[in-house]
Amino acid sequence: MKRALLLAAATTLGLAAPAAAQNVAITNAKLVIGDGGQPLDGGTVVIRDGRVVAAGAGVAVPAGIPVIDAGGKWVSPGIFAGFTRMGIVEVDAVSTTNDASAGSSPFHAALDVAPAVNPRSTPIAINRAEGVTRAVVAPENSSGSIFAGQGAVIDLASDANAVSRPRAFQFMEYGEDGGRAAGGSRPAAIAMFRNALFEVAAYQRAPASFLDRGKDSLLTRADAEALVPVLRGTMPLLVHVERASDILVVLGLKREFPALKLVLVGAAEGWMVAREIAAAGVPVMANALSDLPSSFEKLAATQSNIGRMQAAGVLVGIGTLGQDEARQARWVKQYAGNLVALGRIPGASGLDWGAAFAAISSRPAEVMGMGADYGSLRVGRRGDVVIWDGDPLEIGTNAVSVIIDGVEQPLSSRQSRLRDRYWKPGEGALPKAYER
Amino acid sequence: MIRTTLLLGAAVALSACAANGGKAQTAASDPAPSGPGKGKGYDHDPYPSTYRAYPGAPTLVTHVTIFDGEGGRIDNGSVLFRDGKIVALGKDLAAEPGVTVIDGTGKYLTPGVIDVHSHLGDYPSPGVQAHSDGNEATSPVTSEVWAEHSVWPQDPGFGRALANGGVTTLQVLPGSANLFGGRSVTLKNVYARTMQAMKFPQAPYGLKMACGENPKRVYGGKGRAPSTRMGNIAVDRQTWARAQEYKRRWDKYEEKGGEPPSRDMAMDTLRGVLDGEILVHNHCYRADEMAIVMDMAKEFGYKVTAFHHAIEAYKIADLLKANGACAAVWADWYGFKMEAYDAVSENLAILDKEGACAMIHSDDENGIQRLNQEVAKARAAGLKGGFAISEEAAWKWLAINPAKALGIDDRTGSLKPGKMADVVLWNGNPYSVYTRPQMVWVDGALLYDANDPRKRPVSDFELGQPGEGDVK
Repeated sequence: MKRALLLAAATTLGLAAPAAAQNVAITNAKLVIGDGGQPLDGGTVVIRDGRVVAAGAGVAVPAGIPVIDAGGKWVSPGIFAGFTRMGIVEVDAVSTTNDASAGSSPFHAALDVAPAVNPRSTPIAINRAEGVTRAVVAPENSSGSIFAGQGAVIDLASDANAVSRPRAFQFMEYGEDGGRAAGGSRPAAIAMFRNALFEVAAYQRAPASFLDRGKDSLLTRADAEALVPVLRGTMPLLVHVERASDILVVLGLKREFPALKLVLVGAAEGWMVAREIAAAGVPVMANALSDLPSSFEKLAATQSNIGRMQAAGVLVGIGTLGQDEARQARWVKQYAGNLVALGRIPGASGLDWGAAFAAISSRPAEVMGMGADYGSLRVGRRGDVVIWDGDPLEIGTNAVSVIIDGVEQPLSSRQSRLRDRYWKPGEGALPKAYER
Repeated sequence: MIRTTLLLGAAVALSACAANGGKAQTAASDPAPSGPGKGKGYDHDPYPSTYRAYPGAPTLVTHVTIFDGEGGRIDNGSVLFRDGKIVALGKDLAAEPGVTVIDGTGKYLTPGVIDVHSHLGDYPSPGVQAHSDGNEATSPVTSEVWAEHSVWPQDPGFGRALANGGVTTLQVLPGSANLFGGRSVTLKNVYARTMQAMKFPQAPYGLKMACGENPKRVYGGKGRAPSTRMGNIAVDRQTWARAQEYKRRWDKYEEKGGEPPSRDMAMDTLRGVLDGEILVHNHCYRADEMAIVMDMAKEFGYKVTAFHHAIEAYKIADLLKANGACAAVWADWYGFKMEAYDAVSENLAILDKEGACAMIHSDDENGIQRLNQEVAKARAAGLKGGFAISEEAAWKWLAINPAKALGIDDRTGSLKPGKMADVVLWNGNPYSVYTRPQMVWVDGALLYDANDPRKRPVSDFELGQPGEGDVK
């Protein structure tokens, strides 16, 4: 459905339309399902109409479906990047190309990143070529509000519409950043949060009279409207929080607003309160390798954070908040591999290989409440599949084929073009500008 | 290496100078009138290193895969170090009595990682405003500031770089807000109470320079020069012209005596560059700008030792080679600013393939913990393109090449007998994501051991805090 629309759009815009094959079977694979298990030899995955219809060893290929023989190579779900700003920033330092935040806007929670997502921004092609197929895209808050706005989930396909799920969540800041944005302290952030949700409740009761409430409401009508699904619990609220005591405060918000569907982002000191997080049933999108006390809210940061939280029963995916997240989602593979390496350090808590791969595929999708659609090769998921020339978590492994929604994708980028032009740096018979 | 020889000469002159308190010295046989002698007009080393190697046990690591840091490799080899120095490496070294023997089966042994570009100590953790000591962004020319005077030796980042990254030596540079940012300092990665006690003994100073967006943005934003790239070069040239004049006055005084010229701390540093005693480390992203800077260096008679960040170095690998300038680069950073827009992951590989001097760098408190992985990425990009660089050759990018750029390759940067025993034993192939440092020695002293929680440094800042002494 979406695909049909996209192809029409692609034709209009004169894009190189990708082959529209949404049916494909990959056989003879070292198959990674992405659900935490180990790879299976001799696996097959079958995609029909853009979704997985079968995956495993001993799966038969239905007649009439194009077949790719993986020749024993690794085949996995595409990488689901848990927290990024891809597609909304071309060059961070060029403000006209950076739609992550809006410091001069009167709106906050109402800001919706979806219209800003540009499928042709260079990081999309660069990350696609390295096996990243979906990404959570979050807005960034600015001073004046703890609410950053509504984020999206995107695909990294080479077509005209990247947004898979617009308005997929609301993002807010707590802790040091939230306190400063709210006026100077953590209590100010909590006051702003409670006031906002009370106002949202008032808006819900009587939308037509909301404008009569005057400036004292401290919330625009558009912001109130955007927060209604948060208060109802139909839209996840992602909260950036790092310090152990701050995490407990955020978990405590559910006592006052029981419907909240919380997700913690960052959570550098999550391991210190892992049992409480697990008991609250709140999932976490954590940075994998933060190990420095880079601020006073991350004093206890350690690379063992994710391993310890997972061992305590917390659902954790890997995100990349503050880690060049507009362009380097591809690094999550390296991060996950490093968590495997931790398992060999006495006293450290890492992840086994299957759990590490899941932390960049099914787990972040599940953290977002989208595990039924994305992040693994279980039946019913979108057909996002990558064929690799080796272990996908190992450095130097290349994605040899990337399939999104069952459609094989181009793997070239601006960077690969520059490389080709300058592989031999000297100029030839004509200037470099003529070499392409 | 002509440059190294010159540097060593300078170092000897420096220590001689320090020994007599910088006072003028006149050889009795010389006829008057006479000055104090070349380089002796003032003290060149007023904050001398007080670093002392910690004691270490004589150690023999056996059955280990060795990358020697200069491109050599020994499979199933042995390395012996004693009294802080590498003694021998080979296939079959016998264990003498009193030597600690470590079975390196399945492990790899390399020289310690050298990061040529760090801001640890100057921008330490926690990164609060009160700790922001890396950019003296009050004037585009601040060659008078010395990064060492900002180094906070309690930065928790030093310990992470040691334990997770196997980093044994690092250069701490001022930031890039200014055209002339100030002097750098080279440190041994060994915690101490003072900066001086971390300072690499008799390493030459560096001068941090910057081209491109940062200086013109910072000062253009203040309504003063430079506000353009041409303004950058204009201020640079005017400053070098002043430095030449300053050098002439001091050279004349030191040779012939008379009234000493006025001291100018900014010009002292630039005179040091013109004398070849201080090495230029130039933050520069774009190919066209690096080419201009190399001509400017010729115009004023100095040499760019290394371009740092050098996003577009690959476009001018031939020019860099011809000028003998190195490039210190990231593996795969790109796009965060305009001048980083044309990055490619093959930068290091293309430079090396074309015979230019190249190395990795971090510029980052997290990246410094995984420089081995950054080299693994850069090497993999080269292999993919068809440039068959071996594992042992790629290790030069974080060993002997940065050592040369720092002017300390006669003492560290490879596993040659007589060099400092700065050594990392990795628990697997260091190009694998699944590998970590097992043990790290600096000058033969065991300062990290993954199996011993007591060999895990904890800076003052982390003492008594949540997570103290944890695996990090």
